[in-house]
Order: sequence, then structure tokens, then C-alpha cells
Amino acid sequence: MSVLIDKTTPVIVQGITGRIGAFHAKEMRAYGTNLVGGVTPGKGGTDEDGVPVFDTVKEAVAKTGAAASIVFVPPPFAADSIMEAADAGIRLCVAITDGIPAQDMIRVKRYMRRYRQEQRMCLIGPNCAGVISPGKSLLGIMPGHIYLSGSVGIVGRSGTLGYEAAAQMKEVGIGVSTSVGIGGDPINGSSFKDILELFEADDETEAVMMIGEIGGPQEAEAAEFIRQHMKKPVVAYIAGLTAPKGRRMGHAGAIISAFGESATEKAELLRDAGVIVAPSPSELGTTMASVLARKAA
Amino acid sequence: MDIHEYQAKALLADFGVPVPRGGLAYSPEQAAYRATEIGGEKWVVKAQIHSGGRGKAGGVKLCGTEDDVWNAANALLGRRIVTEQTGPQGKIVHRLYLEQAVPVAREIYLGLVLDRKSERIMIVASSAGGMEIEEIVHERPESLLRVSVDPAVGMPAFQAREIAFGLKLDARQVPQAVKLILGCYRAFRDLDATMVEINPLVVTQDGALLALDAKMSFDDNALFRRPNVSELRDKSQEDPRETQAADRGLSYVGLDGNIGCIVNGAGLAMATMDMIKYAGGEPANFLDIGGGATPERVAKAFRLVLSDANVEAVLVNIFAGINRCDWVAEGIVQALQKHPINLPLVVRLAGTHVEEGRRLLAQSGLPIIRANTLAEAANRAVAAWKQDKETRVARLPIQ
Repeated sequence: MSVLIDKTTPVIVQGITGRIGAFHAKEMRAYGTNLVGGVTPGKGGTDEDGVPVFDTVKEAVAKTGAAASIVFVPPPFAADSIMEAADAGIRLCVAITDGIPAQDMIRVKRYMRRYRQEQRMCLIGPNCAGVISPGKSLLGIMPGHIYLSGSVGIVGRSGTLGYEAAAQMKEVGIGVSTSVGIGGDPINGSSFKDILELFEADDETEAVMMIGEIGGPQEAEAAEFIRQHMKKPVVAYIAGLTAPKGRRMGHAGAIISAFGESATEKAELLRDAGVIVAPSPSELGTTMASVLARKAA
Repeated sequence: MDIHEYQAKALLADFGVPVPRGGLAYSPEQAAYRATEIGGEKWVVKAQIHSGGRGKAGGVKLCGTEDDVWNAANALLGRRIVTEQTGPQGKIVHRLYLEQAVPVAREIYLGLVLDRKSERIMIVASSAGGMEIEEIVHERPESLLRVSVDPAVGMPAFQAREIAFGLKLDARQVPQAVKLILGCYRAFRDLDATMVEINPLVVTQDGALLALDAKMSFDDNALFRRPNVSELRDKSQEDPRETQAADRGLSYVGLDGNIGCIVNGAGLAMATMDMIKYAGGEPANFLDIGGGATPERVAKAFRLVLSDANVEAVLVNIFAGINRCDWVAEGIVQALQKHPINLPLVVRLAGTHVEEGRRLLAQSGLPIIRANTLAEAANRAVAAWKQDKETRVARLPIQ
């Protein structure tokens, strides 16, 4: 089993009639994702390239049995769309939208806690590349052709740096079970720890590539989880060695504002927890290869 | 987005936060006139720049006469003030804020932040007012009070009371503090702030609470719904290149090195900078051209990077997902045809439509050094930069 999604997961696209939503709906379908519908308020009853469009997520779930959704809704309305998905019984929601106000995300996270843990929606993102289980399903915006199907899980904040990791691993013949982009915002759905937990429990994942960056407490939390609970090997890289303190590096979350948030400090914490930290971002693939070789021996 | 102290005070005053009587001045004459208007016997003349630590840097002056005020204003206006937060280039003073000097009995620290761990607004307070929060955390951690607010119901009065009593305020001051703290919380929430800091919050000698200094920062992602905050933006306080970049939908941070970077994605941009450093170079900037970058945007990115006089080589690293390599290649070709550059240029493309992208670059006939991997790109950029530098030095006339 891959984590989060597989070939059969029925998916809807929120914001399917927008330019970006429509483009990626087509790409996901071409990859093999089981796309069953889309939602755009006011455009219910029409279709987007043969995919039925609904006015509300509830209606889409009732008519299609959708279990997962992907959000391409513009930032002012995206938080509302995520809450709508949570309320309609969607199990997994991937929010691609970049630029959602932080306080909207605070409200989203609080809203999701209305539901008991077993019924609570799993949110990935926002401001992320999404989820891909190579050869099975794509619920994101990554270029599918750079992933080889295999047994290494990838979790990272950055989309493109995640692609870099996958491409480097493909170069040395290492495939991916699932790759998850958790996004670059300060308040996000799933954390590194949440995804590491899934990979640790997944039979088809034998090692994890974790790609963090400066800013925020989630890498430190992940290090603690790895130390206490993970048996599978983890290779990591923390981007932002050259980032000065107090400057926001693109991602709203990528800013060193407290102790333990610099790349060097995070790498140190991970190393202490038994993680193999890749010496440079061009050695993600080779470092994973040597770890897997050692594991096999 | 950051705003000035006087702007923060005006916003907070609207939410019931007590601030000293004050007035704005753009000239020494205005400053002296403001002093008579405000009244009293002593005034504080404060440089308005987007930075903390102004006092230590000489940006705050206590004056006893109107002449003193005029002189202080004359000395401060147009001056470049360098603090720990501004970097060596400092920030220029264009505006002054004048306040009546208040006799202070006690100084308190009050801050509100977005706490990423609890994913809530957190109020932080300490009786060690006047110290920077970093100093308090290191030297007086026992004095820190922390309260986080449930976003579903907002801040109940008892949480503000707990802070007020925790600060050992007396029975007369607690109700004032509660009103002030709740006011700060509402301002934070209703204006989409990311930081509110009142340091110091003082108890005057007659027992009143007053926000002596105030700092606010705002969530850039929420400015679309806060026009009253957006209009407070002071571009003179920003790095002009960063402002230019932001206006073009690009995310740019200027650094001290020589190799200009154009990358898509914040994480990859940081990794590219790291890689340049490992290869023996120094990055000149962070630049993320974002997801759906069009040829126009790429061309603008080029102009931006090249506007930095320190840039002696350029590295373009694009891993296209939502983006497309052929669009990026088109942008590069367009930019170079319009504004040819005589610096080494290394381009690495990967991902969606990579073949078309690489073909477009090859067909253009432009002197582009191509690379296929991240390591290749960084190594070639640094090598080309070094070589170019040597030949340039060799070309220099002998004096």
C-alpha cells in the first residue's frame, strides 16, 4: 500500500473550472487518477472536459462517492473551500493554493477539530505540490514522469526541491512509494511528523527522504518522533544554509525567528535523532542509495 | 508588511489601547510647533524607521526645550540609522514622532505573535519590560507569561486577567491592563497582524498604563482585505529591489555574493544558494519566480537580478511542475535578445516539457552554458564566474 492515495481513490477538484484547476485536472486524469467530479459554486450541472461539475462539495460526494479532493480555489476563498470539504466527509484534502491568510488557516485547523479523530479529514498543504503515488495516482501538480515507482517515501515542504529529490533518486534507480509536499506556509495541515507516522506504518515504504527548510518547529518535532518511534531509516536535507536571520525566504514559513530554526540547528537535531543528513542538496539520491545498500547488507 | 510606530499607535488606539499624546513631524519647524501643541515640559523625539533598537542607535532623543526639539529633529531627519535589525546599510529617517515625556514607574513587555506550535495567537508578557524579547528568553525566562487563544471563541477576559495578575499589577491597574490586552488581541485578529509588540508598556508614576512604544507587522497574504493597513506601507523603508520584485509577483531577497540566482520554488531556491556555497561561490540573492511564471515574468526576473551591481554571473535553475520549461526558456531567450548580457549565464532546466525548453535554448544561438543537474549547474556557475573574473582582471589596464 502507498500512503494516502491509490489507484481507486475517487477524487474531486475544487475550483475545476478555473484556468489552473482545469489544467491540472487534465494532467491528473492523464496520470491515471480516478477523477470523478469537480466543484465550482454556480457552475453545477455543467461539465469540464467530460467531468461533472457540482455546486457544493456535499452534492459532489453524494453523487460520486468522492473520498479525496484537491483545492485550486483562489486565496480569499480557499479556507472556506477546505472547511466545506471537511464538513462534506472528504477524507483527504490537498490544498494547492498559495497565499491563504495565516489566520484563515488557524480557523481551518480549529474547525477540523470539530470532528472526532477517526472522522477528521487529513489536510495536506496549503501552498504545496500535493501527493503522488507513482504509477497509481496523482493528487497534486508534480510532473509524473520524474518519479520511479518504488519503496522510498518523500516528505518535504518545498514542491520543486521534492522534485529534485525524486529525480536524483530516479537517476540512481531508486523509486518512490509516495511523495507528499506539506507546503511552505507557517500554519499547515499535516506536519512532517504526521506523514512520517504514515510512512513508518506503511508496508511498501522501507525508507524516508525528508526535506525540511529554515523556520518553524516542525523539523524539531519530527526529530523527536524519529528518535522515539521510527525504525525505518530517514535521510534528510534542510534547505537554507545561507539564509540570513529574520528574512523571509519566499515561503511565508521560511524565516528564522527563534532558536533552533536555522538550517544548521535543525540538521544537528535530526542527526542527534539518528537521521542521515545529506551533505549537500545534490547528494540526496546518492545518500539514499548508500543508506539502502547498508540496510540490505 | 511592517508599519511605523506612530501608525501602530493610531491603529491600537482605535481598539482602546492608551498611548501618549503625540504628533508627527516632517521638518524641525513642525517638530518645534508640535511640542507647543502637545504641551508639557519634556518631549521625546523619535525617528520613525521600520526597525527596533532605535534608542540604542541614537534615534530617540529626550528634549527639555523647543529649541532642543528643533535641534534634535534637525539632526535626525535625513539621517541613516543603523540598528541590529537594519543591516549595515541602515534606514533613512523621513518622519519624526513627538511625544510628551512620561514619568515612568514600571516597564512591562507585551507581545502578541502567531505561534506556529499551538497554531494560535499567543500573548507573551514579562515584567522585564524594555529588554528585547530574545534577551528576556535567555536571561529572565522565569518572568515570561504565555497564553494562547482559542480561535473559535476569541480571547475571554479571564485570560487577560491572568496575565495582568501574573504581572503583579495592583487592583487599580488590572482593569486597565485587561482592556489594553483585549484591545491588542482584537487589533491583531481584526487587522490580520502577525505581530504586535508593546515594549515597553509602562505604568506611569500616577498609576496609569500606557503603550510607550508599539510595533506591528501584518500578514502579506491578507492585505487584499485590509486596505486600511495596505495604505500605511512606506516603500522608503524597504529594499527597493525587494519592493520592485514584490510588485512584479516575484519573491526576492538581496544578499552579499556575486552569483545571481533565478529559481522556481522557495525550497529549491534555498538549496541552489546552498549548492553555490558548497561549490565555492556566494549567492547574490534569493529569487523565487513562483509557480505559473510566464515569459514576461522570467524576463523581469533577469532585469531584477542584473540590477544588482555585485552580480558577476547568473544561474537559472528551473524544475518545472506547475511551471513549464518551454515557457521559461522563451522568457530567457526574450530577455537576452532585448538586453544582451556580458556575464556568464548557466541554465539548468528539468521537469515538465524539458526537451522543448532545452531545444529552445540551443536553437537561440545565445551564449548559454547548459547544465543538467543541480551540482553541474552550481559548479559550472562558480567555475565560469571565476574564469570570467580572471579574464576581466587581465583585461584591466596596467596603471
